[in-house]
Amino acid sequence: MMQAREVGAEIPEIEVRIPSRAEWVALARLTVATVAARMHFNVDEIADLKLAVAEACTNAIQHARESDEIVITCRIYDEGMQVTIRDFGVGTEAERIRSRDLGEPRVGGLGVYLIRALMDEVEYSVEADSGTVLTMFKRLGDSNR
Amino acid sequence: MARVDINMQVRSANGSIAVVSLDGEIDVYTSPKVKDFIGKLIDKGTYTFAIDMQNVRYIDSTGLGVLIGGLKRVREHGGAVTLVSTNPQTRKIFDITGLIKVFDIYDSVDEAVDALK
Repeated sequence: MMQAREVGAEIPEIEVRIPSRAEWVALARLTVATVAARMHFNVDEIADLKLAVAEACTNAIQHARESDEIVITCRIYDEGMQVTIRDFGVGTEAERIRSRDLGEPRVGGLGVYLIRALMDEVEYSVEADSGTVLTMFKRLGDSNR
Repeated sequence: MARVDINMQVRSANGSIAVVSLDGEIDVYTSPKVKDFIGKLIDKGTYTFAIDMQNVRYIDSTGLGVLIGGLKRVREHGGAVTLVSTNPQTRKIFDITGLIKVFDIYDSVDEAVDALK
């Protein structure tokens, strides 16, 4: 389930594939937290990464079939960690994936807002027949490098 | 399997106030259990809650959604919800989402219950 390899002998990459079901999201966030801890992210930054990954997986589950899987890939750079979350469900148009209006408390719609608030860079791409890819980047604080 | 779980208990404080203690992680897997637990209390006529989240190690948007949904339901009956948490990460999430203005969050159960009287 978990693979680690060197990309171009330069960028270490860790990939986890989980079934598209709620009970597996904890594995995704704990894996990313473990990688982040090895990179010396601080406790607050690790918590941010865990939450962003969990929100992304939760979104993926909502528009995928239970038989699908979600692929979580961590790439380790000197400046920080890039995480991609790929699902193979029915994609939502990228321009429609946006943060919610916080003016009125309501159920749902907070996930994308949290991802954008907690990560330094966030980009969605939707491939018509093959699902959604969320690419996000968390920079290491200067004191952690 | 990296299965997480949530333990939930309820006790009565000062008559009509329910103190719900949550212990564990609230995510997409466990939040339906919390929703069901609180929902059944509301169905039975409890509309005033102090929710003790001191032992909640993790909460995501699905957990926030359950709290918002519960708050909306009890407000329809003139009820209220207060929260207890000193966890900096939990408070940060409420702050980022603006829910810090929707929920009153206290450092202790006693304070959260007193605020409901």
